[in-house]
Order: sequence, then C-alpha cells, then structure tokens
Amino acid sequence: MTCTEFLKVLDDLIDDNVAAEMRAEVEQHMHKCGHCEVVFNTTRKTIEIYRSHEIYELPTDLRERLHNAIMERCKRGC
Amino acid sequence: MSTIQPIAGSNEPHPDVALVESVRNGDVSAYDQLVRKYERQVFRIAQHITQNREDAEDVTQDAFLKAYEKLDQFQGNSKFYTWLVRIAVNESLMRLRKRRTGKMVSIDEDVETEEGSVPRDLADWAPDPEQNYTQSELAEILRKTVQGLPHGFRVVFVLRDVEGLSTEETAETLGLSVPAVKSRLLRARLQLRERLTRYFRRRRGQEPSQGDGVEK
Repeated sequence: MTCTEFLKVLDDLIDDNVAAEMRAEVEQHMHKCGHCEVVFNTTRKTIEIYRSHEIYELPTDLRERLHNAIMERCKRGC
Repeated sequence: MSTIQPIAGSNEPHPDVALVESVRNGDVSAYDQLVRKYERQVFRIAQHITQNREDAEDVTQDAFLKAYEKLDQFQGNSKFYTWLVRIAVNESLMRLRKRRTGKMVSIDEDVETEEGSVPRDLADWAPDPEQNYTQSELAEILRKTVQGLPHGFRVVFVLRDVEGLSTEETAETLGLSVPAVKSRLLRARLQLRERLTRYFRRRRGQEPSQGDGVEK
C-alpha cells in the first residue's frame, strides 16, 4: 500500500467501514509509515474533539425564548 | 446472496413518526416535543453556516415555522430530522445571501481549492492536546478553525461529523451526490487536522507561541 492509497481509505477507516483484509493492509502500512500513522491518529482526534465540545451553545434563557416564540407563532397558525 | 440491505430499524417506526402524525391531526403539543428535541441542533447548524448569532436565532425560528407549515408535504420516506435539517440549511443559505447582497452563496462555493487535500504538516500532537487550553480558549480555536473552511466543506463536515448524519442523509439534505459528500468530507477533515496541528502539536517548550493566528 502507498501513502496515496492510504489516503483514499482514510475516511472509511475512521468511520470503521473497511473489511478486515483492508484493515490489515492499512495497519501494516501504518506500522512502516509514521507519517500516515500521525495523519490517521490526528484526523480521528480532530473529529473526536469537534464531537465532544459544544462550540455553539444555546444558553437556556435564549433556548426558552426561541422555543416560546416558535410555539406561540405555531399556535397562532404562523 | 441478496445485495439489498434492509434499512436499519425499518421494522420499528421512528418515534418522530407518531409525533408528526399527531401534529397533522391538530395536536400542537406534539410539535412542542419535536421543537424541544431538535432546537439545539438546528441552532448549531444555523450558526455554523451563517456564522452569526442573530441570524442563527432567526433561522431557528423560521425553520421550525416552515416545517410546521409544510408538514403535509413531508413524505415520511426520510426522517423528520433530516427533512428539518434540509429546511434549516436552506434558510441559513438564504440568510447568508441577504447579508452578502448580490453575491451568490451556495454549498458549491469555494470547493475547487486544492488546499489541504494532501497532508503537509505531519507533526504529531501532544497527548490530550485540548488539556493545554481552557474550555473557552479551546472553543475559540475550534470555532475559528472550522469557520476557516470553505463553505461547501464546512456544511458537509458539520452535518456528517458533528451532527452525526449518515453520508447518504448528508447527500440528501444538501442535494449532493454521495461521492461529492465523501470527497468534501475527506478534505474537510484533512484541512481541519492540518490547521489544528498548529495548536496541538507536541512541543518541547510546551506553550504554543503567542499570537498564533488562525489561517483564513
């Protein structure tokens, strides 16, 4: 496997969407290629960080205000 | 061997189906539950696309009202949430167009860039790199970094990776092909990774240098 081939399966690898044979090939490649291993680990971490940190929080008071405004208009028939 | 896969969970109707049905039969309180369930996600998506808090508030209201008005048109062959997100994305894009008067805004904007399609910065990250920042510093870094992505990549990343839609649902929501979603997703992920490396790389002197800006 080359680094270019590795990049092509990176997404499927991160999404755990590769067959066992391909996974073995990829793991073998990463064992030899430190750069691809870093790309795999840091890309996975990137997604994990974005998933686990709320960067646009909806504060409770704003949420209530929005919610009430929406429901008020729905009840009036918009 | 059959190649047709059953749709996951197709035997059990999604709980939203009953709520949508109740709303159609005139039960407004059922809609209250749907709004409660998805208002945070809709607000977040709107904020990601418009990058403006007031616009995101307006979009959240308009999207739920539009969904309520159009509920009769909802076919039920997609999830209510996916359908709602599609409305929210369209409302957000309309909002953006209003702001940038005269300038076309679409999810195809800027996607021709080659930037970040090949990883360049191959420095490894510190273990648990987010620990080096306070919550608010980290949120700021993450916001600026994702805002720097081309529009058409950002929307795909947010729907697929942050909001957890499947590739197919993201494609359907944005009116893109599945290969287009896949290609944008890979490049979005790689570009974010590259930009975050500036903050999270393993450093001998620990602290990142002052004034470390975010690439636009």
